[in-house]
Amino acid sequence: MSDAPTPPPSPAHQPASLPAITDAERAELRRHGILLTSLQELYTWGNSHSVWPLNFGLACCAIEMIAASMAKFDIARFGSEVFRPSPRQADLLIVSGTVTKKMAPQVVRLWNQMPEPKYCIAMGACAISGGPFKQGYNVLKGIDRFIPVDIYIPGCPPRPEALLHGLVQLQEKIKGFTIKGPDAPRHLQKADAGEYPVPEFGARDLEPPHNPAVWSAPTLVRAEKS
Amino acid sequence: MESIEQIRDRLLARFPGAQLAVVANPGPAAQHGLLLDHEHAAAIALFLRDDPVLRLDQCTNVTGIDWPEKEIVETVKSSVPDPAGGPAKIVETKTKRLQPGCLEVVYHLYSVQHGHGPVILRLRTGNRTDAVSVPSLTPVWRACEFQEREVFDLFGVTFAGHPDLRRILMWDGFKDFPMRKDYVEPDDYEWEPTPHGAVLEKAKVHYPAPAPAAPAPTAVPPPAAG
Repeated sequence: MSDAPTPPPSPAHQPASLPAITDAERAELRRHGILLTSLQELYTWGNSHSVWPLNFGLACCAIEMIAASMAKFDIARFGSEVFRPSPRQADLLIVSGTVTKKMAPQVVRLWNQMPEPKYCIAMGACAISGGPFKQGYNVLKGIDRFIPVDIYIPGCPPRPEALLHGLVQLQEKIKGFTIKGPDAPRHLQKADAGEYPVPEFGARDLEPPHNPAVWSAPTLVRAEKS
Repeated sequence: MESIEQIRDRLLARFPGAQLAVVANPGPAAQHGLLLDHEHAAAIALFLRDDPVLRLDQCTNVTGIDWPEKEIVETVKSSVPDPAGGPAKIVETKTKRLQPGCLEVVYHLYSVQHGHGPVILRLRTGNRTDAVSVPSLTPVWRACEFQEREVFDLFGVTFAGHPDLRRILMWDGFKDFPMRKDYVEPDDYEWEPTPHGAVLEKAKVHYPAPAPAAPAPTAVPPPAAG
């Protein structure tokens, strides 16, 4: 590392290694019929506008997900209308609903069967934290205990607009990825596990109850009221 | 429809050795139940289903109740005459007795043909530990099959004569009965955003130890190190 002052942060889709060309200049060129792009921009543009979800729902949030795919809300506007029935063809796992402990190994298994690049949306309070069933004996307290979640959509259940907003946020996140370097997506980084361990049914709980490589309990220090 | 007492009297005439008792429901619904003995339960159920007056051809609901052991304190007031001729003294005698616990299965029966109901049947196990068997009514009403499996899964009541008695909601290797009152959940409450009540007590176990309090400032300045 040199001691030179760091340059101002470039836009996410334009890595610093490219010759400097501003967005205004590119817009000007585009107006004259010249399209300038980079491989990386093409890659993330294609990725972000063909996010195919897995045809998979768990509870009432799935009803809202289905509504989002129908004509009134029309998820096809964002390139995600192709709900695939096979995890081998899907890019996006929308965990829409309560994940019971009996279902959790199957969700992780589906996630492992999806090819990279893949993304996960935790839709609704249950998928995020267990929601209103958090104290239940058979409810997983958040799917992020086992698989990495890209976008959390709160709500109980979230309306289809919220799911569309989450999808647009995911697209923005994908557009911010670079092919190499620290901004590369999870699956292009060397530290990525690739396959996530599937929990097993224990005598009283899942074994292990969470994947320590993905999730650890936040520590909160509370002040005791005197 | 006949009242539950009339049904009981008819059953006693039909099954002379049966031990039947009406369990009163003190609530506003006043749906009193009929407690059956194990020996005659299946025959009585078959009679209720096929009797032309009752024709209870539909079992809509099977549920379980856990009655833990309960200590009952009874207070008896008695007046003791004063030997000196004064006013009689009122003495309270308290007796404690232990009401043994049991598990109970409740069946709600209706007649589709006559459009009446419900008639409520109850079956009780001997205790909550080793004598937890009751006769299954699945051979009489096929609709009981899954619900008796659920009562077996969550309360641990075994149904003698059930064609396929397995757990239905929890996994096969699960070792506990979550709807029993003495069930203890797995301790995975290590982090709760807004704990209260019993959850707060559980969460406190996982809180990091508070930092040691700073020593109180002393009025006399310590002597300079020399």
